[in-house]
Amino acid sequence: MIRFAHVSKDYPKGAALKNVSLHVAKGEFVFLTGHSGAGKSTILKMMYGELRPSAGDVRVSGYSIGDLSAGDVPKLRRRLGVVFQDFRLLEDRTAEENVAFALEVTGARRDGIPARVMRVLTQVGLAAKAHAYPQELSGGEQQRVAIARALVLDPAILIADEPTGNLDERATRGVFQLIREINAAGTCVVMATHDLDLVKQTTYRTIELREGQIVYDSGAEAGAAAAEDDL
Amino acid sequence: MRLLLREAFAAFRRAPLLSALSITTIGFSLYAVGLFALVAVNMKEALRLVEQRVEVVAYLLHGTPPESIALASQDIAAFPEVERVTFVSEDEALKRARAELVEFRDAYRDLAVNPLPASLEISLKDGYRDADHTAAVAARLKGYGFIDDVRYGREWIEKLDRLRNIAGLVGLMIGLAFAAVAVVIIGVTIRLTVLQRAREIQVMRLVGATHGFIRGPFLLEGAIKGLLGGLVAIALSYGTYTLLRGQIQLATSDIVFLRSSQVALGVCFGVAIGFLGSLMSVERHLRNV
Ligand SMILES: Nc1ncnc2c1ncn2[C@@H]1O[C@H](COP(=O)(O)OP(=O)(O)O)[C@@H](O)[C@H]1O
Ligand SMILES: [Mg+2]
Repeated sequence: MIRFAHVSKDYPKGAALKNVSLHVAKGEFVFLTGHSGAGKSTILKMMYGELRPSAGDVRVSGYSIGDLSAGDVPKLRRRLGVVFQDFRLLEDRTAEENVAFALEVTGARRDGIPARVMRVLTQVGLAAKAHAYPQELSGGEQQRVAIARALVLDPAILIADEPTGNLDERATRGVFQLIREINAAGTCVVMATHDLDLVKQTTYRTIELREGQIVYDSGAEAGAAAAEDDL
Repeated sequence: MRLLLREAFAAFRRAPLLSALSITTIGFSLYAVGLFALVAVNMKEALRLVEQRVEVVAYLLHGTPPESIALASQDIAAFPEVERVTFVSEDEALKRARAELVEFRDAYRDLAVNPLPASLEISLKDGYRDADHTAAVAARLKGYGFIDDVRYGREWIEKLDRLRNIAGLVGLMIGLAFAAVAVVIIGVTIRLTVLQRAREIQVMRLVGATHGFIRGPFLLEGAIKGLLGGLVAIALSYGTYTLLRGQIQLATSDIVFLRSSQVALGVCFGVAIGFLGSLMSVERHLRNV
């Protein structure tokens, strides 16, 4: 699914990533941990084609990020779902409309949209609040809408950058449980977090970053072996 | 497609003042072009009316034998440019002068000898009445030994021709200046819309909307503004035409309005201004989102 080979990212002020190599296999769940500024978001941004490596090779779902053409970016993004700490919902649209938006702007058939939207809203447990606007929803509910929007295009990979960073403990538990269910249903998940309690609850593979380098990877071998065939 | 249209029209609601301003500027840009086009078109029409009456007059030497004149008349009538040749004798010339120039009637009556020469009045066929053909015919006429002098309204025709070109050019230049202003205003509008929609554009990109899809509404919005500007310009031009129609006459006929193909061209030009104005700024501003 995902392969980083000796990847660096340089900024004028210094390197954000140094010689990072990793494989993520189909259907895997991977935590990216590390302090703020360690390089978690930089890795995720490369995965969805927002950043290009300064050196090394990044491959995601068959695309080489280093030489992604302008036309490839949308194609890659349609195979991924991305969620953030700040939800990134459109305030002037209801939950339902926010989810439908992803389908509308990617040219989905109009007559199929309502059913697909209801299906994912049900999956994230928000069918009853389909007509609520973001400001009428709790943080946890807003993140569920964002996850529904990420899922509605049936992505092979869900990329989550600190999805629980803005949530209280109860909402965190609920959203994390939802992400686990999504992974259990077959979607590969890469989740950046600095919430070590979450990480400790599970036996998922954990990659720890420090100052742009991988200092620990609990599943490097397994991941590498599995990743070889499904790139 | 429906989404595209909805987005394009929503932009008018988001920035009604700037939208109205861009439409007005495009409107005035094309109105300037339209006004000068009206002038040019009517000068051309006037020129056509004048040219219809263009005659080449060949004055004959006193005492030219009638046989030579008759022969030459036949000859000249066979020129490809010539429609008709009329012989005006010395007596006829005097009679006409007395009739037309009332002020000098007394002077002509007391003359002992007729000072007016006989002449051949040569009218040209349609399509040969421009300056070049007229001059060519005149040059050929001068070849006859008994033709003393050849007169035709060349200067007059050329002056009118030049004036028409100047009117067209001035109109085009003023129009282009307004068009440039329109492009700048459209750019500002788009910047505003892009900023207002930044969140939406970010989400579109995130979920995989294509670049063409994202910028589509902006281009459509520009083209619609251009279209509306073009319609405003036509309304203004036609209004001006209606006002002037009662005041100005071209010889005996009314002034004319632009042909429908010219009007259509103007509207297309408006759409092009709007579209290009959007195209030029949308890339730059989308990059900053
Ligand atoms: N656009 C940028 N320009 C310069 N430096 C940046 C930029 N984005 C991130 N960085 C730097 O790269 C490093 C890694 O950042 P990031 O990947 O966001 O860390 P994390 O998500 O783990 O908190 C930080 O030191 C940050 O300051
Ligand atoms: Mg981060």
